[in-house]
Amino acid sequence: MNKPLVSVKNLTVTYQIGHSFVGKNTYLNAVNDASISITKGSFYGLVGESGSGKTTLGRAILKAAPISKGSVHYDDGEVSYDLSAISKIELKDYRKRAQLIFQDPYAALSPRMTVRDIIAEPLEVMGITKTREETDKRVREIAQKCRLNLEHLRRFPHAFSGGQRQRISIARALVSGPQFIVADESVAALDVSIQADVLNLLKDIQREMGLTFLFISHDLSVVAHTCDHVAVMYLGRLVETAPTSQLFNSPKHPYTKALFSAIPSLDPDHDSQAQKLEGEIPSPTDPPPGCKFHTRCPFAEGICMTEEPKLEVADGEHEVSCHRWRELFNA
Amino acid sequence: MNKPLISVKDLTVRFHTDEGLITAVDNVSFDIAPGEVLGLVGESGSGKSVTAKSLMQLNAGNTQYDEKSSIILNVDDQEIDVLSLKNDSELRIVRGGAISMIFQEPMASFAPAITIGDQMVEQLLIHSSMTKKEASEFSIEMLERVGIPDASQRFKQYAFEFSGGMRQRAMIAMALSTKPQLLIADEPTTALDVTIQAQVIDLMKDLVSEFGMGILFITHDLGVIAQTADRVAVMYLGNLIETGTVRQVIREPHHPYTLGLLNALPKLDDLEAPLTPVPGDIPSPLERPSGCVFHTRCPQNLGARCETEIPKLLKGAKNRMTACHLVEENGASKS
Repeated sequence: MNKPLVSVKNLTVTYQIGHSFVGKNTYLNAVNDASISITKGSFYGLVGESGSGKTTLGRAILKAAPISKGSVHYDDGEVSYDLSAISKIELKDYRKRAQLIFQDPYAALSPRMTVRDIIAEPLEVMGITKTREETDKRVREIAQKCRLNLEHLRRFPHAFSGGQRQRISIARALVSGPQFIVADESVAALDVSIQADVLNLLKDIQREMGLTFLFISHDLSVVAHTCDHVAVMYLGRLVETAPTSQLFNSPKHPYTKALFSAIPSLDPDHDSQAQKLEGEIPSPTDPPPGCKFHTRCPFAEGICMTEEPKLEVADGEHEVSCHRWRELFNA
Repeated sequence: MNKPLISVKDLTVRFHTDEGLITAVDNVSFDIAPGEVLGLVGESGSGKSVTAKSLMQLNAGNTQYDEKSSIILNVDDQEIDVLSLKNDSELRIVRGGAISMIFQEPMASFAPAITIGDQMVEQLLIHSSMTKKEASEFSIEMLERVGIPDASQRFKQYAFEFSGGMRQRAMIAMALSTKPQLLIADEPTTALDVTIQAQVIDLMKDLVSEFGMGILFITHDLGVIAQTADRVAVMYLGNLIETGTVRQVIREPHHPYTLGLLNALPKLDDLEAPLTPVPGDIPSPLERPSGCVFHTRCPQNLGARCETEIPKLLKGAKNRMTACHLVEENGASKS
């Protein structure tokens, strides 16, 4: 089996949100006791609703969110870093190896820089290329990989459509030659006819360059089509992780199941018999005791309200965090 | 035959901008019957929101409606020519009276410094003969009806105290409390999480059968359309390119664009199927292609005819309408 490129162990990310001179300060655990390991060369999906902590987890792996407890290890064969105790010099090197693609291609590109300058900026800031010729050559190579025309390089972002802008963002993320890419909702702002094109591009690049992706999305059907392994988050906790086909064919957590049944079917005569979730995701400042999902779970019983379930192995690489998965979904 | 609730004919909307006159909606015609849900599908820039806003003349000041455009609203045995209404007081019978609208982002549509309750009461005082006390009681009843717990407490709160799903429910309650004949829902579930979206869709379905109004449901999500609409109209770059019942259009799309949209959707029943994007990018509205607006991206482009001649929206079998030369030629050769 392949070695993990990124392994996250019992990671907790805590933000202080209230300040008080007397009494207690208020804290918010955006991610709580999460462990995942991302195999080298995989396309790892992270799914959840807003407020589930998926973006925070992605950022903690890039050392862009505080690692309050637990550890994040990065090991690409050349270097190995412990991100909770990484030095400034190591961090500079890590930034070349791990990159982020943002959600909104309209906000992520500076309107006052040409496309060439946008893509070249990481090379100059990180001092990867020494001469202008070298930089230009690198920019052209990457632009071609991302299906941008060379004449595009002289233009400004406002001249481009959403899909083209997202390809520019991808080129910028790739130019430093990273091993690991976090794509945070990278197709959410795009129209469906364009979305498929960007997804195919990401997959092609991953295969050609042998990269590892962490693909964060709220859209289960997109994740199902692109990722080979998926982790589902709810209120800062991982509730289920599994290889994609296993997760979609036999989900073992009631929340995952509910997420599937909530996707509107393309069949107008589809009668959704499946249980619809009631209520809403609780506030992370005041999470419920026990299993975080019990307030909305149709199967919750006594133990769910008092004791928090642990992520346990259900079947091979399939892990689930639920007190009742055996009786409910182990048919 | 019964008169349609609203009848839009040859609607052409242009905007004066610094770059020149932009055509946002081009020759669009459709009817909505009382109690019918018409789904309007299209990508960003297709003109679906501009079409919807035209029904209440909500487009900005730089808007120009072409002379032959007409929007006729049939309510209470009266014919209202919407585009002939001149000022705000004349438009009041339409805005919030005969037609209500639900917007995509409820946080941006509620006034932040006025309680939800006061906003609901205000419109009832304008559009009905209720007293303030009756209006308050009725508003609380409506909040309860859309599934907001502790409605009488919530009534006194501000929009920021509501979660996204609750805000959208309150928006729906507010839109329905004036008992409109037509409800325009512009991407009402797009900003919501899937589990909340499913709740809101269910709620809207219940309310349609209860209140019996017509709905113009705008969305880019074909799955949402399949679950809510009776009929579908597909727009691309300001043109209506295909209409039909929801089953016809989703199961057997005629127009190459509709087919392309459906193929680009990731489907859950076949994870291995490759995603097929519609090639190319949506052209800028400043550079509308000649002939068929879709010919620059169409995989079945016939050449000269598609590039020069604008296809008409023609009636096919079973009341389906398609604007495509290929469909027209195939249909002609079959018969």
